[in-house]
Amino acid sequence: MRITERRQRGRSKKKPKETRTVRVHTGHEHNPNRHYANNRIKTTKYTVLSFLPKNLFEQFHRFANVYFVFIALLNFVPVVNAFQPELALAPVVFILSVTAIKDLWEDYRRHRSDTEINHMDCLVYSRAERRYVERFWKEVQVGDFIRLRCNEILPADVLLLSSSDPDRLCHLETATLDGETNLKQRQVVRSFFDLDCEFDPLKFNGIIECEKPNNDLNRFRGYILHRSGSRDALYKDNLLLRGCTVRNTEEAVGIVIYAGHETKAMLNNNGPRYKRSKLERQMNVHVFWCVVILLLMCLFAAIGHGLWVFQYGDKRPVFDVLSPEGAELSPVVAAVYLFLTLIIVFQVLIPISLFVSIEIVKVCQVFFIHQDQDLYDEDSDSRLQCRALNITEDLGQTQYVFSDKTGTLTENKMVFRRCTVAGVEYSHDANARRLALYQEVDSEEEEVPPPGGSLRRDSSSSQQSSRVVLRSLSTKTHRRTGSRADAKRASILSKHTAFSSPMEKDVTPDPQLLDKVNECGGQMDFMRFHGQPVSQLPSDLADIMDFFMALTVCNTVVVSSPNQPRQKVRMRLESKSPVKTIEDFIKRFTPSRLTSGSSSSSSSSLATSRSSNRGCSGLLSSPSAESTLAKLQEEQAALGSAPPRYDGTPRSPEDGELRYEAESPDEAALVYAARAYKCSLVGRLPDQVTVELPHLGKLSFELLHTLGFDSTRKRMSVVVRHPLTDQITVYTKGADSVIMDLIKPPDTGRRQKKLVLRTQNYLNLYAADGLRTLCIAKKVLSKEQYACWLQRHLEAETAIQGREELLFDSALRLETNLQLLGATGIEDRLQDGVPETIASLRQAGLQIWVLTGDKQETAVNVAYACKLLDPEEEILTLNADSHVSVYPPSSSSPHSAAFTVHRLGLVIDGRTLAYALDQSLEDRFLAVARSCRSVLCCRSTPLQKSTVVKLVRNKLKVMTLAIGDGANDVSMIQVADVGVGISGQEGMQAVMASDFALPRFRYLQKLLLVHGHWSYSRLANMILFFFYKNAMFVALVFWYQFYCGFSGSAMIDQWYLIFFNLMFSAFPQLVTGTLDKDVSAETLQQLPQLYMSGQNSEEYKPYMFWMNMIDAFYQSLVCFFIPYFAYADSDVDVFTWGTPITTLALLTILVHLGIETRTWTWMNCLSISFSVSLFFTVSLCYNASCPSCFSPSNPYWSMQRLLQDPLFYLLCVLTPVAALLPRYFYRACQGTLFPSPVQVGRQLDKLPSETRRNILNLGGVEAGSAVRPVPHFLSLGTPSPEGPDENHQRAGLHAVDATEKDTLPYTKDAAKLPPEPRPRPPGDAEPRPPGDDEPRPPGDDEPRPPGDDEPRPPGDDEPRPPGDDEPRPPGDDEPRPPGDDEPRPPGDDEPRPPGDDEPRPPGDDEPRPPGDDEPWPPGDDEPRPPGDDEPRPPGDDEPRPPGDDEPRPPGDDEPRPPGDDEPRPPGDDERPHETSEALKTSAMSASSRAASSPRPPSQAASVQLPLPPDGDAQRVRYCRNSDHAVRPAARTQTDAVL
Amino acid sequence: MGKEGGCGQNKTMVKQEQELANRPDNTAFTQQRLPAWQPMLSAGIVIPGFVIIGLAFIGIGVALFITSKNIQVMEMDYTGFEPDSDCFKCSNPEEKNCVCQLDFNISSRFEGPVFFYYGLSNYFQNYRRYGVSKDDAQLSGDLDNFKSPSDTCSPYDTDGIKPIVPCGSIANSMFNDTFLLYREVNGTNELVPLDGKGIAWWTDYNVKYRNPNVTPLKEAFEGTVKPLFWPRPAYELDTSDPNNNGFINQDFLVWMRRAALPDFRKLYRRIAQGDYARGLPAGNYSLKIAYNYPVLSFQGRKKVVFSNVSWMGGRNDFLGIAYLVIGSMCVFMSIVMLIVYAKFKFPEED
Repeated sequence: MRITERRQRGRSKKKPKETRTVRVHTGHEHNPNRHYANNRIKTTKYTVLSFLPKNLFEQFHRFANVYFVFIALLNFVPVVNAFQPELALAPVVFILSVTAIKDLWEDYRRHRSDTEINHMDCLVYSRAERRYVERFWKEVQVGDFIRLRCNEILPADVLLLSSSDPDRLCHLETATLDGETNLKQRQVVRSFFDLDCEFDPLKFNGIIECEKPNNDLNRFRGYILHRSGSRDALYKDNLLLRGCTVRNTEEAVGIVIYAGHETKAMLNNNGPRYKRSKLERQMNVHVFWCVVILLLMCLFAAIGHGLWVFQYGDKRPVFDVLSPEGAELSPVVAAVYLFLTLIIVFQVLIPISLFVSIEIVKVCQVFFIHQDQDLYDEDSDSRLQCRALNITEDLGQTQYVFSDKTGTLTENKMVFRRCTVAGVEYSHDANARRLALYQEVDSEEEEVPPPGGSLRRDSSSSQQSSRVVLRSLSTKTHRRTGSRADAKRASILSKHTAFSSPMEKDVTPDPQLLDKVNECGGQMDFMRFHGQPVSQLPSDLADIMDFFMALTVCNTVVVSSPNQPRQKVRMRLESKSPVKTIEDFIKRFTPSRLTSGSSSSSSSSLATSRSSNRGCSGLLSSPSAESTLAKLQEEQAALGSAPPRYDGTPRSPEDGELRYEAESPDEAALVYAARAYKCSLVGRLPDQVTVELPHLGKLSFELLHTLGFDSTRKRMSVVVRHPLTDQITVYTKGADSVIMDLIKPPDTGRRQKKLVLRTQNYLNLYAADGLRTLCIAKKVLSKEQYACWLQRHLEAETAIQGREELLFDSALRLETNLQLLGATGIEDRLQDGVPETIASLRQAGLQIWVLTGDKQETAVNVAYACKLLDPEEEILTLNADSHVSVYPPSSSSPHSAAFTVHRLGLVIDGRTLAYALDQSLEDRFLAVARSCRSVLCCRSTPLQKSTVVKLVRNKLKVMTLAIGDGANDVSMIQVADVGVGISGQEGMQAVMASDFALPRFRYLQKLLLVHGHWSYSRLANMILFFFYKNAMFVALVFWYQFYCGFSGSAMIDQWYLIFFNLMFSAFPQLVTGTLDKDVSAETLQQLPQLYMSGQNSEEYKPYMFWMNMIDAFYQSLVCFFIPYFAYADSDVDVFTWGTPITTLALLTILVHLGIETRTWTWMNCLSISFSVSLFFTVSLCYNASCPSCFSPSNPYWSMQRLLQDPLFYLLCVLTPVAALLPRYFYRACQGTLFPSPVQVGRQLDKLPSETRRNILNLGGVEAGSAVRPVPHFLSLGTPSPEGPDENHQRAGLHAVDATEKDTLPYTKDAAKLPPEPRPRPPGDAEPRPPGDDEPRPPGDDEPRPPGDDEPRPPGDDEPRPPGDDEPRPPGDDEPRPPGDDEPRPPGDDEPRPPGDDEPRPPGDDEPRPPGDDEPWPPGDDEPRPPGDDEPRPPGDDEPRPPGDDEPRPPGDDEPRPPGDDEPRPPGDDERPHETSEALKTSAMSASSRAASSPRPPSQAASVQLPLPPDGDAQRVRYCRNSDHAVRPAARTQTDAVL
Repeated sequence: MGKEGGCGQNKTMVKQEQELANRPDNTAFTQQRLPAWQPMLSAGIVIPGFVIIGLAFIGIGVALFITSKNIQVMEMDYTGFEPDSDCFKCSNPEEKNCVCQLDFNISSRFEGPVFFYYGLSNYFQNYRRYGVSKDDAQLSGDLDNFKSPSDTCSPYDTDGIKPIVPCGSIANSMFNDTFLLYREVNGTNELVPLDGKGIAWWTDYNVKYRNPNVTPLKEAFEGTVKPLFWPRPAYELDTSDPNNNGFINQDFLVWMRRAALPDFRKLYRRIAQGDYARGLPAGNYSLKIAYNYPVLSFQGRKKVVFSNVSWMGGRNDFLGIAYLVIGSMCVFMSIVMLIVYAKFKFPEED
């Protein structure tokens, strides 16, 4: 073996190294893998030797440091030196060493943790000892064999070669890597799969070729070259990543592929980023200006000196000093020298300690933010994490917030809400009520006694308020995890299983559907018993069955049992791997079987499975179906599962105890939902899924392939062999937009077409209700088809190059011609406090954009729910089909003016966004978006998200904040100025990329409004103060130049000059910069308007810098000339005169700081007195220390003498007062006469708490109003978010009506587009008699191209030509009388029982011309009372109060007979449906469909769906608002369909 | 939000204190709730504050002004710039050992103790390169620095061969005019005794400047030369009094303490002995000046000043006036603000 190896090694050496080759380390010679990194990690930056040079080198990357070092070195040049050279080095050395010590400490900590990690133990195979021995992690090398035991942490990236698991699996917990809490399965490399005996490393003789180390956690490709020459492909499923924990697997053996720094985990580990805040950028400009001022001062003085020297001419005065050589300096040379000298003297102007101080202050701010209890989430026991230390003040300047929706605004707790199967909707009202209860309980938490035992939630049988039950028993499980008291326990309970809060787990089944499931199960049971083929089931029942099968099977959920959460449940009856080779396939699918089920409408049945000698399921694998059946029955009997009845038969105990571990919450929700219908997933193995069905017991599906979810396909599929029919079935689950496109063309059957249309309709309805929709479809493959597909799929799987692409194509080939089964609606509930947070952020002047991958309708409705969109707003919807249509032909039109319409919301979908982000259009897009109050981008990809953020940030030059929780938000988070991650359920990727990580969205409010504001205001003030302080101090020396022949001498002792910044004046401003609160936290939160001061950079405007400079010069003049005149014509010497000036400057600066300090705590007082006493102490000591040192000043005993001089004290009293009088006067007047909002806020703080509350309440009311975002007493100096002008404009535009809106350029140009259907003439619908719907022949709809109605399904929007609203008579939309839509002809409704939730297509309301409605008596809408809508204000949606549903009579849904749908005439439903394919063509033929504007007979009773099913949200909103006759303001919705 | 947090806290605090390991500390400091005083610039504070400060300043100002007015000062320029002045003849640099006489009259008694200053104008003792030009170690008696003076003294460190002691430009340019004051008593000139002791800083004389510990002092200066401009070596500055000789010569010390501004005076003598302890009586005086120090080359001026001092030093009206001005400004501002407040009510009152 060794020989082979060597030979192969020799061979491989010639190959260009694009891959990594791993060979076995024999232990006898050089390790063949020695040139790969070993497993020792070293994250430290420095070694003992390299620390100094490397650290210095790094520090000199900061320009300021270089500058200061340059100046310090300049001091060593004798002709220009100003200070003692050593002394001049002191500050730089101090600054550098502070930073160096900080770095050293950090590095030391890293070193310690490295050592700790490096010295962890693991079992490595030793060839010498022929056994596994304990080694340190750092000794592990590539090519080593490692034995892993349960709960061990992986030391390196290891290729799994053997596992004690019978399935050859190894379970991994990857929480440390990606934060996902579910277990991942990893598989043994295939060629080692069948290894029966224990793996013997000595026998391993392959060579592993794989990728070079990279940081992609989800990619690993390679192959093992066996000695036999056979190759074995390696996948990411074979690789165990460093840092993960082995679970559930007793023992595993693997070979190290990547070690140490080359592991994927380490490659992914990026340190915190360095960002520069806006304030710092602004500051740097002013630092630059300081340099300019410095140079000007130096230049001025140099010229002055030149002249001064020149005036003496040849007659050298006695005090002149010749150059060391004795030569006379010419005036020019003297000036040049002096220029350099002065740069040294005046260097203080560039505040050396500023950068350090800012860093210190920021660290303190981070500390305080980190410590804030209000930002602490008890549920998860997590607090805010500041990952970037240097952009705290950016939090106070943010102007645009870009938010993800799922998991950020919502909880990402997926709750199954409703579903539609085979075109029939099951509204799951009881489920809705149950969810409402969670809400309720949560809000009334205090009343609930401590929770006791756990109550199994039964289905809806107990109609009597389960709330009572809840209260009395107050079960833990019934309480939302969000409720605090329970949070901890719940989180402990669910610690091992993500997505398993009771709210998510317990689904109350819809009785109707449950009946059907039971019926179906019964029938199947019966048929099976009578040997009838299962396929003879009525198609709707078969669909139901398939639907639940799909829910159960089509996922990657792992089943575990709760007692040992990590112990997977084994239902394996026969072990077999998925089809991996053609041979395997042929072997397993005997010819007879290949022929047996060739058609999809298959006749294959249980009977045919007789021919199978190897069934996929163990249960069915017995020779004959009869025996299978017998077995089934036995099992069933054994399990004792009585035929389940919907009203609360307890589930089989085993079933109830299972836990599902899913990668995404949606999957878990669906599996739990299916379980509620007794279709329980009981086991999942790589090749087999076991499902327990009512009546049928456990069935095992042979899992042939899993085509995992990816964001491009937006769907996942599983290929299984159905145990009952033995057909090869593909179950696909995915976004409705994609699935609908893949549905078999409707011409195949009337039923299918109808089903598609209906389902689409319901999908729209779900979306309108803010639910996440998924479509479930299936496909039956004939054996030939499968074989054909499999052939290419296997090729793809084994390909080395471009495997992903090939697999992707392969998946695309499979997922076609699907048969739609149904759709599900999953609710993702809003997080606590989201609407309030958004409202308050908006009041704070933040523009909030939501960028989501969700479909438009869902997003729009969530946006309404969280008050992002306001019903009062007009919504501008951009859905474009092509580039051209987005582009307004009237390019020169000043459309920006047209868009300043009052309160506009913009909704744009991903495709349109792609056009809008095009270079040529981005400016226009921004112009539009900017004028909108809120923007909602739906269906956007991660890349688009980041592009949008980048665009806004770069083009509008605004501060952006991106907040998100998932991996798809990472790019956006990184692009934004401030990235915030929600440490939610979707892993840690967003958090890792973020600057701040929050536990909940609502904390953003305090983070921005309070901490951001404080940080900004503190730092801004501190920086300004710094500039002031230094300028003021340096100017003193500058004035002196006029009295010393511009010779660069200073009356201030060099020590004071150098240490003034660093020591004497440093502490108070640090304390103020850290602790000062301009307004209290409460007031800041109650008056979000105060945040605008940060957005508008009001605390630090350029003019403030200059004002500060002027003030500094004024104050220095005072501090200079008062002593000057006081000591004029006296015998005072230089430093006896300079020391009082220093003292005066210090006092003035401190008093100045005192004036600027808003809150005085003992720390402020302490720091100021400390500063003063430090100055005197230091100077007294310094002046007493050495009589003959400190040349040239020799300040010996100066301070001591000064302290005996009454004049000194007189100066100390007079000068600060004189210097600060103007500033104080200005502050006093400004605070009274024209206070800034912040000052008003501060005044509020001073008021007694009740008064304050009253005022704030008053203010809060007014603050909410659009026109005056500020309470009246605040409005004086407060600019509106868009500035006063716009504010004004807005007010003026308040009454703009629809006609003006219609002149929007987009709509205008839209009118030029092809004829479009919408402008239905008023009379158009009239021919449709009131009772029109139900007698309408089915054919009625067919000609109508689907997609016609506004129930714009997702894809539908684009084709709809723009301008479609505009031709509509204005009266149509907007003055529409209330109740306009509701009045539905009685006949319209009658055929359908009230309360039937069937979606009412929304478009149907709005385009309907008035004439259409009139015949209907307004009162007729009793099924959907107007009041039904009204109480639902936008924010209302999410915590939908139970009351919303309750008024509905209980029998509303349940008593509905199962066959409820059937009696309905077929045509009834179809109208609103449209298949996506149809949609594509719809635009063209749209005109023809005008007539059909179908209104499905009043499903109005659908209480909780006041939105029309089509989800044309904006329109819906409009309708709803029109009910509020109170608000006559223009409220057209502009469907600028471009 | 806050409320929510509050109730949750209480509940869990009891139950799960240990479990919530990440809970931040609830201290006033970490929660930024330190008790604080928020000074508001409101009328109630500002106006009375200004009035009080203003009045206090005016009071101090008046006192200072009166004090300053009571101080008598007499200045006489003797540069000899004008042709008709007494010392005109001496202003010619060619003239050596020129003595001129200044006669003046004191009409009323000049209260004692009287300080006798010489003053120089347009003389930049604060010139940077000048100020550096000395060797502190040498001046503190370090004999090593006698042999090799510090670089800072350059070019006045050596005369090319021998080191200069005391080196440096400051010492080199030492003022060397001398004055003798005579009072005309009954027609004869009576020498007014001038006290040259204690005119320098006590610390300079006793601590900072030291003669080398060699007696006689002259030996210490062996191998050195006197500064170029000096007529006599350092050890002969005052041969009469060994305690006023060498580096601890009072005139030398006074000179070495560089003046802050280009127009300065330096204490020459005190008139506090004998009959003159109570001051200079009215009468005619004449001042004999040994005119040695050239200043006209740089448009300098020389003067003598007689002044008595108060607790606040020499005569200086400025400080009193400054206090008065600032005090009145404070009062004025408070009045302005009062008017302003009366017109525009401030918000708190709503």
